Amino acid sequence: MTSELLSYEDALASYDPVMGLEVHVELGTRTKMFCGCSTELGAEPNSQTCPTCLGLPGSLPVVNAIGVESAVKIGLALNCEIAEWCRFARKNYFYPDMPKNFQTSQYDEPIAFNGYLDVQLEDGEIFRVEIERAHMEEDTGKSTHVGGATGRIHGASHSLLDYNRAGIPLIEIVTKPIEGAGERAPEVAKAYVAELREVIKALNVSEARMDKGQMRCDVNLSLRPHGVEKFGTRSETKNVNSLRSVERAARFEIQRHAAVLSSGGTIVQETRHFHEDDGSTTSGRIKDNAEDYRYFPEPDLVPVAPARAWVEELRSGLPEMPRVRRNRLREEWGVSEHDMQSMLNAGAVDPIVATIEAGADAAGARKWWMGELARNANEQGVALDELPVTPAQVARVVALVSEGSLNDKLARQVIEGVLAGEGDPDAVVEKRGLKVVSDEGALGSAVDEAIASNAAIADKIRGGKVAAVGALVGAVMKTTRGQADAARVKELILERLGVEG
Amino acid sequence: MPGITREEVAHLARLARLELKGEELDHFAGQLDDIIGAVARVSEVADQDVPPTSHPLPLTNVMRADEVRPSLTPAQALSGAPAQEQQRFKVPQILGED
Repeated sequence: MTSELLSYEDALASYDPVMGLEVHVELGTRTKMFCGCSTELGAEPNSQTCPTCLGLPGSLPVVNAIGVESAVKIGLALNCEIAEWCRFARKNYFYPDMPKNFQTSQYDEPIAFNGYLDVQLEDGEIFRVEIERAHMEEDTGKSTHVGGATGRIHGASHSLLDYNRAGIPLIEIVTKPIEGAGERAPEVAKAYVAELREVIKALNVSEARMDKGQMRCDVNLSLRPHGVEKFGTRSETKNVNSLRSVERAARFEIQRHAAVLSSGGTIVQETRHFHEDDGSTTSGRIKDNAEDYRYFPEPDLVPVAPARAWVEELRSGLPEMPRVRRNRLREEWGVSEHDMQSMLNAGAVDPIVATIEAGADAAGARKWWMGELARNANEQGVALDELPVTPAQVARVVALVSEGSLNDKLARQVIEGVLAGEGDPDAVVEKRGLKVVSDEGALGSAVDEAIASNAAIADKIRGGKVAAVGALVGAVMKTTRGQADAARVKELILERLGVEG
Repeated sequence: MPGITREEVAHLARLARLELKGEELDHFAGQLDDIIGAVARVSEVADQDVPPTSHPLPLTNVMRADEVRPSLTPAQALSGAPAQEQQRFKVPQILGED
């Protein structure tokens, strides 16, 4: 079933979007939130469970200290107040992804609340997103639906559960209603999730890889006619799991809501599913009174009361916030907002910083990470920092180029060799025999040969058409398999032909 | 006025996936109402100066270090499962909820 859509421009002409974003971050702790089971990814099914995370009778949860510390750090980085005293609560529901029949979460006493995150849009404008709360909870198990088409729950005959993920610490971060973004709402949504991801990574509390499900976003959206204060009915699009999808989902819902409302219809409050393939959303379940979670304070856990001195200690240990750091680096490197944004989008900022720390100049480090390496990562569908090359190796390539031992073409081959596992840059240079040839003897004969076999071009050059020298340089580069120092070759040719360069 | 109605008991029974007959609803609604009424008397005794409590022990911040402890083996974990497949818990069709 396809939804009727109004054009984006028409939708915005009549309506004002209001968004709420809920982001779940899986913490990078070694163990689960309430038990000592490992959180290592890729383990055999049901090999990381225990009586506590399986909810067996008589088991008792104990809170992971790093889980609480991470939650406080996130709260502080988001300019939140930190609760002096708060409790966990049981969120009761029957669903096989939680073997306990409840999820341990926080209800009316979140550990962090009332904050904000300033996000920078593509054109440099700063938009402040207010944070309602950040609370601690646990992840659910992983379901595999069997018997239906393409693993979907609809039409499945039964489902299989792996509880390795059940109990992994989650921090849920909820914004206040985001108003006033207007036509930029989808862009704000994307920029917020992107910035939040950078903050989480800077805090070193999670890798926040959206493609690995370590960070997941729900997009709540409603429209109201211009001039109307009261919010419209919202839809909740669940599990929007890439930055691009966050933007697309918000945009689609604006267009869909507008079509329904402008034709006199009403929006149903419901869960919607996002489809990566065409950027659409479809109806999930309608919220009815089945969602009555009967929260109550978790009797098996004692309250968490972060001491003020400890909170201040964590605050003073916070790293430089990503937006501030990016602006500092942008000035140090002397690049435009746009270039900085490209580096951020490519995940290149940290590798470039590490490469500069390893001795490279900023321009050289940027050039390789944003060029050859970005292309390579893209082709292989991996993140830049997952490529089998270290910043130190890239820095060495930059050094070899700047000292003149390699030209760009050879340097690309060296990078290729490093990525292929042939060793460090110097080893690749050695093994592949990749050195710029610039000594007169070796080049001289290649130059003479090129002149001899391109007599007509040589005559043109002698006659004053110096631009034609490119063809001869090309011929020399060809015979030397690109290893010649092109500038030196040009000089030699002009010298031999008795022409001033 | 504390207490619980027959309709509320029916609602809770549904949420808890308990199938209760009409006479059972009457029976439990009466019993639960008595219990809630008895507990409510605590509120009459406890004045403003007594904070609500969710835990009998005056403890906070009981935490453990983030250190891995041995898990059950998959066979142990699955030993209580009514059905299993591919080393996973096998559950019946999940209808209309996702």
